Amino acid sequence: MTTNNEQDTLWDVVVVGGGNAALCAAITAAEQGARVIILEGAPPTYRGGNSRHTRNFRCMHVGPKDVLEEAYLEEEYYQDLLKVTKGKTDEALARLCIRESEPSFDWMKAHGVLFQPSLSGTLSLSRTNAFFLGGGKALVNAYYNTAADLGVEVLYEAQVKHIALKGQRFEHVVVTHGGQDWTVKGRAVVLASGGFESDIDWLARAWGPAARNFLIRGTPYNMGVVLKDMLDQGALSVGDPTQCHAVAIDGRAPKFDGGIVTRLDCVPFSVVVNENAERFYDEGEDVWPKRYAIWGRLVAAQPNQVGYSIIDSKAQALFMPSVFPPVVADTLEDLAKQLGLPAERLQQTVAEFNAACGPADGFHPTQLDGVRTQGLAIEKTNWARPIDTAPFMAYQLRPGVTFTYLGLKVSESSRVQHQHGEYENVWAAGEIMAGSILGEGYLAGFGMTIGTVFGRIAGREAARHVNA
Amino acid sequence: MSTLELNGLLRASAEEARRQIEICNACRYCEGFCSVFPAVTRQRTFSLSDMTQLANLCHNCQGCYHACQYTAPHEFNLNLPAALAGVRTESWERWMWPRGVAAWVQRKPAASAGVLIVALFVLGALASGDAASGVFYQHFSHNLLVAVFAPLFLLPLLAIAMALRNYWKEVGGVCATVAEWRMALSQAGRMRNLSGGQDQGCQYEKGDRYSQARRHAHHAVMYGFLLCFASTSVATLMHYVWQLPAPYAWWSLPKLLGVPGGVLLTVGGVMLMRLKSRSDPALNSATRWGGDWAFLLTLTLTAASGLLLYAVSGTSAVRITLVFHLACVATLFVLTPYSKMVHGFFRLAALLREAQAQAGRGRS
Repeated sequence: MTTNNEQDTLWDVVVVGGGNAALCAAITAAEQGARVIILEGAPPTYRGGNSRHTRNFRCMHVGPKDVLEEAYLEEEYYQDLLKVTKGKTDEALARLCIRESEPSFDWMKAHGVLFQPSLSGTLSLSRTNAFFLGGGKALVNAYYNTAADLGVEVLYEAQVKHIALKGQRFEHVVVTHGGQDWTVKGRAVVLASGGFESDIDWLARAWGPAARNFLIRGTPYNMGVVLKDMLDQGALSVGDPTQCHAVAIDGRAPKFDGGIVTRLDCVPFSVVVNENAERFYDEGEDVWPKRYAIWGRLVAAQPNQVGYSIIDSKAQALFMPSVFPPVVADTLEDLAKQLGLPAERLQQTVAEFNAACGPADGFHPTQLDGVRTQGLAIEKTNWARPIDTAPFMAYQLRPGVTFTYLGLKVSESSRVQHQHGEYENVWAAGEIMAGSILGEGYLAGFGMTIGTVFGRIAGREAARHVNA
Repeated sequence: MSTLELNGLLRASAEEARRQIEICNACRYCEGFCSVFPAVTRQRTFSLSDMTQLANLCHNCQGCYHACQYTAPHEFNLNLPAALAGVRTESWERWMWPRGVAAWVQRKPAASAGVLIVALFVLGALASGDAASGVFYQHFSHNLLVAVFAPLFLLPLLAIAMALRNYWKEVGGVCATVAEWRMALSQAGRMRNLSGGQDQGCQYEKGDRYSQARRHAHHAVMYGFLLCFASTSVATLMHYVWQLPAPYAWWSLPKLLGVPGGVLLTVGGVMLMRLKSRSDPALNSATRWGGDWAFLLTLTLTAASGLLLYAVSGTSAVRITLVFHLACVATLFVLTPYSKMVHGFFRLAALLREAQAQAGRGRS
């Protein structure tokens, strides 16, 4: 803060966080005449939290709509959610989110978001998910421009460390900016500061020491400070505090912010071994988009949280390219040496696997083909072809954390709840409350739907409170 | 595509561009912006010749930079518009005869200024007759102009034709079909690759906000230039075929083509300079920045002085205006193979090659 302007002003709505949910709330409130300030923890180049890594928005629609094909109705959407969460959802909030996704799509377009047809390699999503032209960072940029045009003030590198409450009432936030603590007063606050997945110590306390070996796919700024502060003050929580959503990504990815390009789609066409060169799960259980999410957990359970997906040259072109080239060798022995795996054991594992493979005539890379092994302790039930054609290639796998489930409990108006009811003027949106709806698993593009729908609700309700 | 022996400098910049493109191919968020990304998704590996083609296909709209989650300070350090701009300008320099001239002209604006000054002196010395005459051919005879400008026009075209031939070979092009030509010309004519994919435009002069200003300015320059070119061609035909020498009345075809052409070119040139002054050199070929400015200025001055010449005809200012205009024209022509002017030829070739690749044709 170079001036005392931000500090002396009594803002109508203080928005904590600077990602999709925060921006939707800020824009909605500003359009209703509220004076809004966004406190974004990151510098401008890293603004937008995990939204900058996203690529689409899961959207209900009753018929063909813009880039979305056919129809995707409430019931099917809700059933998809039930499947991934195994029932761990709040039906009222979930259905509200689903129903509001359709008008939200039009709202997004009206506020600068451009959509494009499904990306190549993602055709299975063309009915359910609307892709952002340029991805989530382009969406975030569009919203920041819209917010600026509405007169919303944005303070970057502003890390909120405390939400000052008096009874059930929010009074001000304490924010660290430029090495100093400041007080920003407001008549309402919207908490949209994400989960705690960037706080490795917290992850390690919740999950166990193995979490220190996890990679974080998104922003390093989601430290969960505001979430913890609110819970410490008696806000109600939702979601499993020990769990995070993790997928298997390239083990060479950066510790933070590796994003989409570290994804590996080679698993169904490979054998996956741990560092003892032993297989540990059916690589061909289902098509990859459906199995992708469980592999983070599977690899996390292996020694040192590492796995190795091994293919031969037959499989090389069957999956999307990823950011790092594979380790390549002409023999399995050499491959094992390069990976630091026990060579004899790897050769033995692959030999046993190869011997258990049946005829591969029906091999079909994009559908369950039933080309399977017979007689192994851990079978591979689809796409099982011998690993026998040099050169051999390997990708190291590690768990990559996408988000955490622990969050604040909110009402249908997105108001934060405590033991005796609701806070008067505190709302939450985005990952910080997503655990209410997404108690387990993940549904592609649903995080952006939760952020958009509840960001808009929170902004609307906060402005209504201020204008009353 | 064919792998060629590339010189060291180009190899370094093409390898850097390839590193970036491989990251793009794992992400694909930018698919809808332009032709570059769909072309990328057709391949898994990229030769350095592929990078030459992708670089010339890129129109530097900069949308992908602003949308990118991997720009600095991220360790992947992506800046695709700049990486491709480097490969692109070096590819023109590499193929243009005589070698080294383009690298010099593109880097040093003084080179263009020097050519202009020489042209001013030579033309000033060649001018004859009554210096105060308001009539064009009193200063330079038609034959003299043809003797000077025909080689200045034809030799650069020859150099460009030879360079394009080499380019076409490098990127694995084969004889183009009518449909491929139609597609390439339609994309060039609409500047689809400056449209941002949805007619929202580039992110060029206003940071991460979209704007159609650059596309429109570029349209004005291109169509203005083509109208001026058509005007000169018609006048040449009228002179030789119908024995109708200049000056021409305002309602004659050369004037009806040339005046709007000159206005479009001048206005477009001024707009492009305004936009360029607000854009970020770090997203473009920063080492060619000076050369780009010299080219834009020469182009705009050529058009503006042409209009001025029409305005002062019949007065004693014709001599000085004419010398200046002709010097600009000479500079523009001579430097065409070695300045940014040449991008139009390579861009069209790249669009044609892309049309071919989409049809599954060409050598790989």
